[in-house]
Amino acid sequence: MTPELKGFLLLAAIKVVVGFGGLLLAVALVTWLERRQAGFHQDRLGPNRVGPKGLFQPIADGIKNFIKEELVPADADKFLFLIAPALVFTPALLLFAVIPFAAPLPVSFDFELPVVGRFVHDGVMPMMVADLPVGLLFVLAISSIGVYGIVLAGWASNSKYSFLGGLRSSAQMVSYEVALGLSVISVFILAGDVTLSGIVENQQQKLWYVFPLALGFALFVVSALAETNRLPFDLPEAESELVFGYHTEYSAMKFAMFFLGEYAALITMAALMATLFFGGWDIPFTTWDESEPSLLKTALTFGAFATKTVFFVFMYIWIRWSLPRFRYDQLMALGWKVLLPAALSYLMLLSGAIWALEQLGIEQGPLYGFILCIVNLPAIYALFWVIDSGRLVFGQRLQRRTMN
Amino acid sequence: MVERRTLDVGLATAGIDAEGRPVRVPLGLSGSPLAPAADEEGGVGSEHLLLNIGPQHPATHGVLRLVVELDGEVVVRVIPHIGYLHSGFEKLGEYRFYNQIIPLTDRTDYLAPMANNVCLAMGAEKLMGIEITERCKVLRVIACEMSRIISHLVWLGTTAIDLGAFTPFLWTFQERERIYDLQEAWTGARLTTSLTRVGGLLADIPAAFEAGLRASCERLPKVLDEAERMLTNNAIWCARTQGIGVISAEDAINFSLSGPMLRASGVAYDVRKDRPYLDYETYDFDVPIGENGDVYDRYLVRVEEMRQSVRIIEQALERLPDGPINVDDPRVILPPKTAAMTDMEAMIFHFKQVMEGVRAPVGEAYVAIENGKGELGTYFVSDGTAKPVRWRIRPPSFINLSALPKMAEGHLLADLIAINASVDIVMGEIDR
Repeated sequence: MTPELKGFLLLAAIKVVVGFGGLLLAVALVTWLERRQAGFHQDRLGPNRVGPKGLFQPIADGIKNFIKEELVPADADKFLFLIAPALVFTPALLLFAVIPFAAPLPVSFDFELPVVGRFVHDGVMPMMVADLPVGLLFVLAISSIGVYGIVLAGWASNSKYSFLGGLRSSAQMVSYEVALGLSVISVFILAGDVTLSGIVENQQQKLWYVFPLALGFALFVVSALAETNRLPFDLPEAESELVFGYHTEYSAMKFAMFFLGEYAALITMAALMATLFFGGWDIPFTTWDESEPSLLKTALTFGAFATKTVFFVFMYIWIRWSLPRFRYDQLMALGWKVLLPAALSYLMLLSGAIWALEQLGIEQGPLYGFILCIVNLPAIYALFWVIDSGRLVFGQRLQRRTMN
Repeated sequence: MVERRTLDVGLATAGIDAEGRPVRVPLGLSGSPLAPAADEEGGVGSEHLLLNIGPQHPATHGVLRLVVELDGEVVVRVIPHIGYLHSGFEKLGEYRFYNQIIPLTDRTDYLAPMANNVCLAMGAEKLMGIEITERCKVLRVIACEMSRIISHLVWLGTTAIDLGAFTPFLWTFQERERIYDLQEAWTGARLTTSLTRVGGLLADIPAAFEAGLRASCERLPKVLDEAERMLTNNAIWCARTQGIGVISAEDAINFSLSGPMLRASGVAYDVRKDRPYLDYETYDFDVPIGENGDVYDRYLVRVEEMRQSVRIIEQALERLPDGPINVDDPRVILPPKTAAMTDMEAMIFHFKQVMEGVRAPVGEAYVAIENGKGELGTYFVSDGTAKPVRWRIRPPSFINLSALPKMAEGHLLADLIAINASVDIVMGEIDR
């Protein structure tokens, strides 16, 4: 092994530990944020006893889940029952590997250790766990694996509630993956690249994709909500119907793994929204991107990335505590009858607009973005008009009724 | 015969076989009129899923148990099982003096205890021919309307939860707690109020009560506005409730429904308007009527009823006359403690009331009031002693619940939850 390879491996190991450790810490903080923010929306305090402002509540919850008794229902399929939480938890963490969370950091070292030998690294280190060439395709592929965990959990529990929850979620997640994937294609078209680092770089040099791809962003947000089973799409665990859906029979750490997986997926989706549409770690109106890599730049861009991600997490939680839940058939109708055709026709509209712009010889830049943004507006209006009128999604025309 | 084993769970309903003999029809495949005949059992897609919702389930209010037969997610049959909260109230009442029955009524519709107290006292007073004082009448109207408000607030919050909207629940419960504070100030208890006595009330309202109630009346419409902003025009809320659980006016009457369940179907029947009691005819208020008889109309009707209750309370506070709250009759109303200790005659009345109770003449009496959930009735049969021979409650939720299978069958499982929530049941009253 060359010293350079050893240096690379050392850095990779550090990034894995720091990246996933940081994500797990963020998950703990988001569970706290969720409860505090719910309290804010609901005119109450939320957890405030453990530590300052209840900040250590997640730790207390973690300890509680560790020392609770692990229950396995008598008729459950033990192997699948045990492996299902891991199948939900692991992909949710893996997704984060391809997201660049700060500007590249210059790292150089050259040192020698007894037994293992010499480690050398010289150059910039991309601030992501793995800069895969397949990039976003990896995200789509891995997020599909999470479905298996939920289906197996529902089936292995040998409970009717879990079974119905598992069935629902498999259908739901498969349906919305289609819309999610199609909404991301619009980003590919504009960026000409599937790696997330490439997409971020493109946005830094030109413009944030949320303007030229406004409708794509809307589709992505809705699909991401459904993909992570959050309200208003939390049907797999709809507690008023199915008790707790696929994790009804789970307790202690196995339940906690579902819980952590759900929140990790939430953070990842929020980070993806920031990365794909809001420039990732880009700080707007700065030319830092072309400047030399430095520690200060890395720290500031990480701050920008974290701010954007926290904003979308906040939005997620806000939606959760505001809206009622869809009915199952309405959810499927929204996915297949509205989002899928909308995403497909949006791709055609977008391709046409981009082709026209290229024919006119307009370079990617502010004017380019402005024209695409104008193209988006009627499409957004049409989409929300269709959803709001209700016939396609809800099977009936919604009425505005009042009492005399 | 795996299938037979899974379906034989001891659940059966009464039925009649081809020769007209009564039989027990087991739930599940063979019991359903829509299911394939028994000899087709085992075929793909022929098996229905039996799902047990309750008595411990997040969506069944109280200990209601719904046995649901599902074809996919479509409800083929639903059978409500009740009795998990049976307390034998009506039988207990036969061993008690009339005033001693009042604490039992706290626990029937425990979401609106004061209205239940009022209804019972009115039944006993009708039996004995007692005319209560003006101040007592107005205070009882206030008690009834406060009960309606807290009952509807609980309904609004829990229904929102059942449909996935958690936040309005806490807003409505917060307002309900404030009205409970008033209840506590008046009666000393938040839940077991035992407000009324035959011929009067437990106590007059305390000093700060009026101001507190006025403040509540001002705040409540704002809370309702906030909750409505979250729900009324929300597309998901509309889609989950409009056209769901429709019951026609004719069916509603045939099922003997009452209260918001009946009025949402377009039948303008309100006991307060049609058979007025406590001088309700002198108050100026509207009775909201729905058109479609679906869950959404029931929601609108109940929200509007709360606003109308606020109007009634404001009028009642305006007109609240001075004077005694109890009738001036030493045979029914206990003398003051100081008089009982010093005055011979007062002590005799005290002794006789405590030891022998208040005798009612031979006969029977039925009164009905408009409670939050519907027409709440009290029926007494007296043989001339101080205890009723028969006490019977007309529980609105019990009768309203009987229409649940009619409304829910053919809908999806998620709609069953919404419909069940829209019935607004309270198990204490159903099981009694």
